[in-house]
Amino acid sequence: MSKKPELHQDDPETTGHEWDGIQEFNNPLPRWWLWTFYVTIFWAVAYSIAYPAWPMVHGATAGLLGWSTRANVAADIAAVDEANAAINTRLAETGLTEIADDPELQAYAVNAGQAVFNTWCVQCHQTGAKGAVGYPNLLDDAWLWGGDIEAIHTTISHGIRNTDDDDARYSEMPAFGRDELLSAEQIDQVANYVMSLSGEPQDAAKAEAGAEIFADNCAACHMEDGTGDRSQGAPNLADAIWLYGGDHDTIVQTVTNSRFGVMPAWQPRLSEAEIRAVATYVHQLGGGE
Amino acid sequence: MSTDNKPPMPASATGIGDRPKKRSILDRHKVLETNATLLLIFSFLVVTIGGLVQIVPLYYLENTIEKVEGMRPYSPLELAGRDIYIREGCYTCHSQMIRPMRDEVERYGHYSLAAESMYDHPFQWGSKRTGPDLARVGGRYSDEWHVDHLRDPQSVVPESVMPKYAFLENRMLEGEHIGDLMAANRVVGVPYTDEMIEVAQADFAVQADPESDHDALLERYPGAQVRNFDGQPGISEMDAMIAYLQMLGTLVDFSTFTPVPSR
Ligand code: HEC
Ligand code: HEC
Ligand code: HEC
Repeated sequence: MSKKPELHQDDPETTGHEWDGIQEFNNPLPRWWLWTFYVTIFWAVAYSIAYPAWPMVHGATAGLLGWSTRANVAADIAAVDEANAAINTRLAETGLTEIADDPELQAYAVNAGQAVFNTWCVQCHQTGAKGAVGYPNLLDDAWLWGGDIEAIHTTISHGIRNTDDDDARYSEMPAFGRDELLSAEQIDQVANYVMSLSGEPQDAAKAEAGAEIFADNCAACHMEDGTGDRSQGAPNLADAIWLYGGDHDTIVQTVTNSRFGVMPAWQPRLSEAEIRAVATYVHQLGGGE
Repeated sequence: MSTDNKPPMPASATGIGDRPKKRSILDRHKVLETNATLLLIFSFLVVTIGGLVQIVPLYYLENTIEKVEGMRPYSPLELAGRDIYIREGCYTCHSQMIRPMRDEVERYGHYSLAAESMYDHPFQWGSKRTGPDLARVGGRYSDEWHVDHLRDPQSVVPESVMPKYAFLENRMLEGEHIGDLMAANRVVGVPYTDEMIEVAQADFAVQADPESDHDALLERYPGAQVRNFDGQPGISEMDAMIAYLQMLGTLVDFSTFTPVPSR
């Protein structure tokens, strides 16, 4: 078993090391490998001199090349800002209603606005602004707060019902059921009346009883004919376009507990040019007035 | 493979010929290689030196954490939310570290500063972005959106692969252990005062109740947002989670911040 293996004539020399009868051939590293290794060591030293690396007493060495991530990102941002500076200033200074008269500016605003929309708005208003329950569709011509470019610009700048911006659009529908302003029966009746406004099938008797309740409790905001009031963001209830839903149960839900749709203010996050761009984008989607 | 009658290799090909035969210090490695205890001690020494060189400077270098205005320890409710964030493994899909690159700054906001995770034990930088970075998600969405989204992410983002966390709404919290958690954080360096820890449970409840008197809370935790975050009675894990998310990235006052390029 423990027969010592025979060394052959063409075997390399051994290193002379021997452990428990096991000997080691002397197979040195190939020269190219060894030299590559030395080069990497040299590279590491040179790199640590050229770039920030060695910790000293107060800070790390800055490196001969003066490289800095922060300076780089600042330069990148400045380069793009500078390239767009002229057109962004023009966008921020042109009257809102006059943007559309300047084809070049309009094209820029729509493109830039789409990028802003896809970064900051789609999570709520959905891809292509098609909307979701509680987050309005921005493609149609039903507007809660107004669909001309100035109204859209104000809505985006200050947001809706948020606590951060003092100029945020604000209104609050009472929680008629929760705060016991109306009984469950009255809510059922007024819900049927609301359904009748847009011609949905409803219980005619209840709807008739609901008409008076509506006139007394709802018309102040939603108007006598239910067409809504943009100055208060009270939706049109007669157009069969629903923010939360027009079926009986959802309307009862809305009237019982109220709704409080909130949109953040974008002024602190986006530049004036970006806000104008996205307002222009939204305005030209189809419903702009 | 070997055949016995091959001619021997020339010395130059084996490399043996150029090995210096001098006995230098490097040739004494046999001492280490044949003594297990010595080998262990020396390996440990090498690893220790490597570790010290990497770690120690971070404690004294002035450019590790810069001073910024507005950063404060998390309020009890935010801290509870952060604990749930860790428990649920949100960090496996979300980073909290906006890198200094133009595309990230455009998408998420100002790049993250070391000071912003100064009170994070452990930090939540993360390394995986299945979902977006959350370092500045605070204020970007409404509370209602967060409720909708945590309940059922696909209801607001149809293509989302984020799991549903609707159960957070049904798990109520009293905050009875929040003071202990703050005390533990204090041990590792978060400057919670005795007073903060003493009134922790009260502060915990106050932040989720906009009707309450919350002036003292705001004095202890400037900029804390006081709301009924999930719109439901009682304090649930949903309230704590949203309080935490809505605070993320909002504390530092960037109007007074000038970046020092060397950091
Ligand atoms: C957190 C979710 C959210 C985000 C993000 C959001 N919105 Fe909104 N937005 C809403 C809600 C909710 C409303 C409706 C509020 C209400 O009920 O009155 C709304 C309303 C609007 C309106 C008014 C619609 C009308 O009918 O009058 C416009 C315009 C608008 N958003 C544009 C934007 C733009 C542009 C962005 C991106 C910069 C954006 N929104 C981002 C939630 C959001
Ligand atoms: C103080 C003004 C105000 C009063 C009074 C009021 N509403 Fe509203 N209503 C609103 C506002 C504002 C909204 C939009 C809420 C939102 O967007 O979050 C709304 C929304 C609704 C909606 C949801 C519409 C949709 O598209 O889903 C319905 C339904 C509704 N109201 C019915 C009523 C009824 C019925 C009454 C009377 C019992 C009433 N409202 C009284 C202001 C009012
Ligand atoms: C399986 C991976 C995964 C896990 C785990 C996960 N998320 Fe997400 N998250 C996503 C993805 C993907 C998105 C982007 C789509 C969306 O908005 O739903 C996202 C989006 C978000 C957003 C919106 C960010 C933005 O800027 O649009 C928030 C907030 C969020 N997640 C919070 C959480 C929290 C809190 C947890 C833990 C309770 C969590 N996520 C766990 C994958 C995940």
